[in-house]
Amino acid sequence: MDDRPILRVGAKIMMPTILLFGLYVQFHGEYGPGGGFQAGVIVTSAFILHTLIYGLDSTRRVIPPFVPRAAAVLGVLIFAGTGLAALLAGGRFLDYDVFAGSPQKGQHWGIFTVELGVFVAVFGVMLGVFYAFVGRGRPQ
Amino acid sequence: MGTVIDVTLLALLGLTGIALLRVYNLVTAAMLVAIYSLLCASLFTTLDAVDVAFTEAAVGAGVSTVLLLAALALVGREEKRPRKRQTLPLIMVVVTGAALVYGIADIPPFGAPDNPAQQHVAPVYLQESEAATGVPNVVTSVLTSYRGYDTLGEVTVIFTAAVGVLLLLATGRGRGRDSDDG
Repeated sequence: MDDRPILRVGAKIMMPTILLFGLYVQFHGEYGPGGGFQAGVIVTSAFILHTLIYGLDSTRRVIPPFVPRAAAVLGVLIFAGTGLAALLAGGRFLDYDVFAGSPQKGQHWGIFTVELGVFVAVFGVMLGVFYAFVGRGRPQ
Repeated sequence: MGTVIDVTLLALLGLTGIALLRVYNLVTAAMLVAIYSLLCASLFTTLDAVDVAFTEAAVGAGVSTVLLLAALALVGREEKRPRKRQTLPLIMVVVTGAALVYGIADIPPFGAPDNPAQQHVAPVYLQESEAATGVPNVVTSVLTSYRGYDTLGEVTVIFTAAVGVLLLLATGRGRGRDSDDG
């Protein structure tokens, strides 16, 4: 698609905006609508746009195919690991109160890590599935 | 005003459903599914369920449509037309729909304070969650803290789904170990 400058330049303007909005949704989830699920999907959509405009091979150079698969595993591990960390810190599974001096601060850290795990997992799952569909049946 | 918006959205939802039944071009059908999903997201917004609406718009209208279109690129764009009219599915749909409409009579009015849903744990969450967790958005504190087990389960479910899709699609066509395209 090298002959479509409007699409290419438009995508260059859109990508950082979408990524920034994804980060906003991720970190503002405690105060407004949003959270790890939505942020993961939004960030994935930026790379889907990249694939649509620049082609799959180009996107594969930006994010190699093993990255989303590793991210999907890592996200689940972050979430479950937070639960185990709470166990090791003397609380119950996924009981964040024990992470810091006060329950509120502990909850803050716990929710932050868990949302991070959800974000990483959703991003990995969505992009991995997208790669699987788009990459199928085409020569390397 | 709220009634006008609700009626408009529900009428559009019905129209989209009927249009979906009548098209045989699958790309058009995918677009109609996206529109249906976006209308659902609008309805969730009018119900003040903004977190759900956000997810519906991002996942249902956004990524699902892209995945449907990606699948259509593999399987072709036209749906086979049925040979004859099928009456049994129609009867099943009508009976199920009638049962659901009959069931509506027993649903408590929307937003009534004495609904079972408002009586159980909801008051505790609404009144105490901010003090207990320091998070103003109750949806977030319920999702990640009070119901952390369930969310861990959800993440595991989508992870398992991705593993299934990758196992099915990543086998390639006998391209061996170089087919590292996921």
